[in-house]
Amino acid sequence: MALYSETVMDHFRNPRNVGIIEDADGVGEAGNPVCGDIMKIYLKIDDDRIADVKFETFGCGSAIASSSMATELIKGKPVSEAMALTNKAVTEALDGLPAHKLHCSVLAEEAIQAAFKDYYDKNHIPYDASLFQGRSCHKEADA
Amino acid sequence: MIYADNAATTKMSRAAMDAMSACMADCWGNPSSLYAHGQRAKEVLEDARERIAACLGCSAREVTFTSGGSEADNQAILTAARLGEKQGKKHIVSTAFEHHAVLHVLEKLEKEGFEVTLLDVHRDGIVTAQQVEDAIRADTCLVTVMYANNEIGTIQPISEIGQVCRRKGVLFHTDAVQAAGHIPVSFREQYIDMLSLSAHKFHGPKGIGALVARKGVRLEPLIHGGAQERGKRAGTENLPAIVGMAAALEEACRNLEQNAERMSALRDRLIDGLDQIPYGELNGSRKDRLPGNVNFCFEGIEGESLLLLLDDKGICASSGSACTSGSLDPSHVLLAIGRPHEVAHGSLRLSISEETTPQEVETIISSVADVVDYLRNMSPFWRDLMTGKRQHVFDK
Repeated sequence: MALYSETVMDHFRNPRNVGIIEDADGVGEAGNPVCGDIMKIYLKIDDDRIADVKFETFGCGSAIASSSMATELIKGKPVSEAMALTNKAVTEALDGLPAHKLHCSVLAEEAIQAAFKDYYDKNHIPYDASLFQGRSCHKEADA
Repeated sequence: MIYADNAATTKMSRAAMDAMSACMADCWGNPSSLYAHGQRAKEVLEDARERIAACLGCSAREVTFTSGGSEADNQAILTAARLGEKQGKKHIVSTAFEHHAVLHVLEKLEKEGFEVTLLDVHRDGIVTAQQVEDAIRADTCLVTVMYANNEIGTIQPISEIGQVCRRKGVLFHTDAVQAAGHIPVSFREQYIDMLSLSAHKFHGPKGIGALVARKGVRLEPLIHGGAQERGKRAGTENLPAIVGMAAALEEACRNLEQNAERMSALRDRLIDGLDQIPYGELNGSRKDRLPGNVNFCFEGIEGESLLLLLDDKGICASSGSACTSGSLDPSHVLLAIGRPHEVAHGSLRLSISEETTPQEVETIISSVADVVDYLRNMSPFWRDLMTGKRQHVFDK
């Protein structure tokens, strides 16, 4: 069996929503170059919905596929729903990831959360800080 | 398909396959059996041993067949450790960028109370005989230094190190898995006491290798249960594989010079072509390098995605990124030559063979350039480098 599912390979080969949003309402980043992966998410929020989302990723095949899938899962969704995206949902939508690649899906979740935090901060919207307790890039992911 | 991962394994040669088929068809007896059919297998076995010895500059009695390079490395190091222990010598000298078949055995011995000195291999990926000489102590029982590195292809000064060890009376082992059949190896003339090799790196079959041990070095068996290989390695001999290895090594050594010349020219073209990609750099010495090895680091990208996209273009290569190693850290070899983590994640190893064509080399160059460019365009790390938010590691 191949390392990755067909869905992962499809999102890796044809990543959706690659790029940046110049006038983004929220920008979030997760990971670091020493770990070998960085994800950056740009959000455009309109009327409490995700009007647009773009990503840039430095990382392996599953990191790129996870970013692509995560952006697809939140695009057009209400903020509350998008905020609730979990790494588990990303992994399931990708038809699974190898165990040692699960942290890629965590990174996607974290980058999106960081972008929402940036949006709240910029707009002085109060929030519960405990929502944004980031995990480090290689901590255990939820399978 | 363009196969540029010959350091991982090679395609079997026609000569090796023919020799193996003939052996399997006609010579399937057990070399330990007394009747003529068995004794004929024994003759074929000893003939293969003679021919392999002739290629390596040792005597046939010094060749012990193993399951491959890893087993040979394990046996060589454990042999020296057991001999050393008896004399109260529990210090081993090696390098920071050995194959894991060496490093992991050394780690095991450290837990048993051995002391291990791993020598620095510098930016160029080469250790000096002087470093070895300085590291040898009264209680040193072994020096083990690889002949040529499997990732970055740098060739070590084996003759000089051998001379130092002989003069100091310390056993010298070299893992010659990447060297045998590719560059000249002469066991006796280079003062080597033990040498490991693996057939599938020179177009022979997988699962067979050899440990060459100088007369007088009593090998410690890892596998017990029979008198095969003069008691040093129990188990019925894998005769077809042994015969295949002999055929492959003979062919490789016969064509060694012309292959090396041809491959070196293609390697140099590959290096020059990839050097045009901005913010990339060759890993390891350009001069003292295996004829087929090219290894680059590119800033701002990650190796696994590079390999997957090259695979889509029909190119087989490898990388030292953490994601391809299945661990969190990138290649210990790249870290040993001083590459920072973030750059080591973006490494690419291309290892060509004598079958690689100039056209294939050009395709590799343009494909790598395209893929690196594509990945950089979606990399936030690259954007940070370009906008000055992060510092480049390379000058250009």
